[in-house]
Amino acid sequence: MTHKLPFEKPVVELQNKIDELKNFTQDKDINLEEEIAHLEGRLQQVESQIYDNLKPWERVQIARHAERPTTLDYIEHLFTDFIELHGDRYYGDDDAIVGGIAFYKGQPVTIIGHQRGRNTKENIQRNFGMPHPEGYRKALRLMHQANKFNRPIITLIDTKGAFPGKAAEERGQSEAIARNLLEMASFTVPSIGIVIGEGGSGGALALGVVNRMFMLENSTYSVISPEGAAAILWKDATQAQRAAETMKITAPDLYELGVIEGVIREVRGGAHHNVKQQAEYIDSVLKQQMDELTQLSKEEIRNQRYEKFSKIGM
Amino acid sequence: MFKDLFSKKRKYATIPSERTQPTKMNDGVMTKCPTCKTIMYSRELKKHDYVCTKCDHHFRLTARDRINSVIDVGSFEELDVSLLSGNPLDFPDYEDKLASDQQKTGLNEAIITGRGQMEGLPVVIGVMDPRFRMASMGTVVGEKIKRAIETALEDRVPFIMFSASGGARMQEGVLSLMQMAKTSVALQRLDEEQLPFISIMTHPTTGGVSASFASLGDYNFAEPRALIGFAGRRIIEQTIREELPEDFQTAEFLLEHGQLDKVIHRSEMKSTLTTILKMHQASHQRGGELSS
Repeated sequence: MTHKLPFEKPVVELQNKIDELKNFTQDKDINLEEEIAHLEGRLQQVESQIYDNLKPWERVQIARHAERPTTLDYIEHLFTDFIELHGDRYYGDDDAIVGGIAFYKGQPVTIIGHQRGRNTKENIQRNFGMPHPEGYRKALRLMHQANKFNRPIITLIDTKGAFPGKAAEERGQSEAIARNLLEMASFTVPSIGIVIGEGGSGGALALGVVNRMFMLENSTYSVISPEGAAAILWKDATQAQRAAETMKITAPDLYELGVIEGVIREVRGGAHHNVKQQAEYIDSVLKQQMDELTQLSKEEIRNQRYEKFSKIGM
Repeated sequence: MFKDLFSKKRKYATIPSERTQPTKMNDGVMTKCPTCKTIMYSRELKKHDYVCTKCDHHFRLTARDRINSVIDVGSFEELDVSLLSGNPLDFPDYEDKLASDQQKTGLNEAIITGRGQMEGLPVVIGVMDPRFRMASMGTVVGEKIKRAIETALEDRVPFIMFSASGGARMQEGVLSLMQMAKTSVALQRLDEEQLPFISIMTHPTTGGVSASFASLGDYNFAEPRALIGFAGRRIIEQTIREELPEDFQTAEFLLEHGQLDKVIHRSEMKSTLTTILKMHQASHQRGGELSS
């Protein structure tokens, strides 16, 4: 059973009650089927009340769920023959970003994504999915390779942000991010991005200058974390919930603002409830987008991307 | 749904019917240097382009003063003067804050862009003004930079940007973040057309501005002691639980770590930029001869 979030408490309590009753009737000669059916009906009601009306702060919690599927989970379900490629060729290999080549329904593609750890040990190795400059430079190297060999680029975005640290500053975190923004605009191959968890500021955008950007229903994409915004705006990090609402950071908000092309539905309660099913939802959007974009000429691909970013906010 | 994106007419920025008043100068008779504490005549300080005559401290410049310090007298032609920010997120109090900064600075937004000449050589220039919302980048700042780059492309002249910014503008949320992409995508066109972009980072250039156009110069310069960096010092100290060196994220620190081409004293700024412009003009003409 997955780890439950605080707002899911009514669901958990009802589910426990039902399980209890079922266990009870197993070894006793009492018929409680009517009660159980009634409770199951009630459970469905409660579930839809909660899950179909998620508030921004609840979506933030789902986006950050420890068991939320990561880039590597989706790669496993969406692509075949994935070969991970390492290193930026200047300094090192950053495990906070994974990248490589694979087939997508027979079409060679390059895939790049932020990679959080799935447990503490992995999180230390992957720096909680917060890249250093070498991560962004590796991503750029792989994207140039994709462009050279005419492979579409798919990016999966899932980071709290680029790592704020001394070494990162010394090696040019700003320049690494900025360079990706500029160079991604130059590619003549189609690029598709999907925010699968948290899209944290410049560290997310550095994989986000793509022809088409989608977000999973319970993911977020923002200029700053709700905690950071609360600290700056109200000098109080505990106001994060209020900030999450004010800052408009959820997938439906971003669609409304014209920043993304679409929202990908999620398994009820969040992607972590069923990775395989979630991968299928992503797959159907990805396929449609790939079919459309591969029809465009190289010039059209580039112009479309330019036009799109040119217009944002105006 | 994708096509909808292009058909939607969003009114996030509006153009007012009247222009606002020109900048009013702050007229104290004496000024104290925050670094060496020397008290000097403001008039004297102004004559030295607001550099302390004792310790070389570079005071912050208003955008107008900056333009006057590098652009030939009478050659400046401002672009997109009347582009005004809206409040796309309906952020509480944002309009009031904008109005108060407009009043205070006499500017409509945190940046001035325009055509001008440096010793007779034509350029397009953008200058940010940290008095206005810490020159944070919202939609209008991003749009004005993009349009300035497009003007440089049309005129086929170099683009020069004096950055000074606290980063993205919180009150415009993710739309501010997207201005990083907007400006960088425009610079890619300039790059492709082989038109030079000279970026000068002044105090302070941080966050989303340093992580987009400001770092993308063919030449990346900075003023002495300017604070330049991606993440704030306090955040880094909290993250790594370690004291940072005193010169951390100064122009000199960046130069030492290979992130800048040169740190340029304000008194040499115009002559250095002009020399580079002359070299570009010369090689451009030579390129023309070679291909003809």
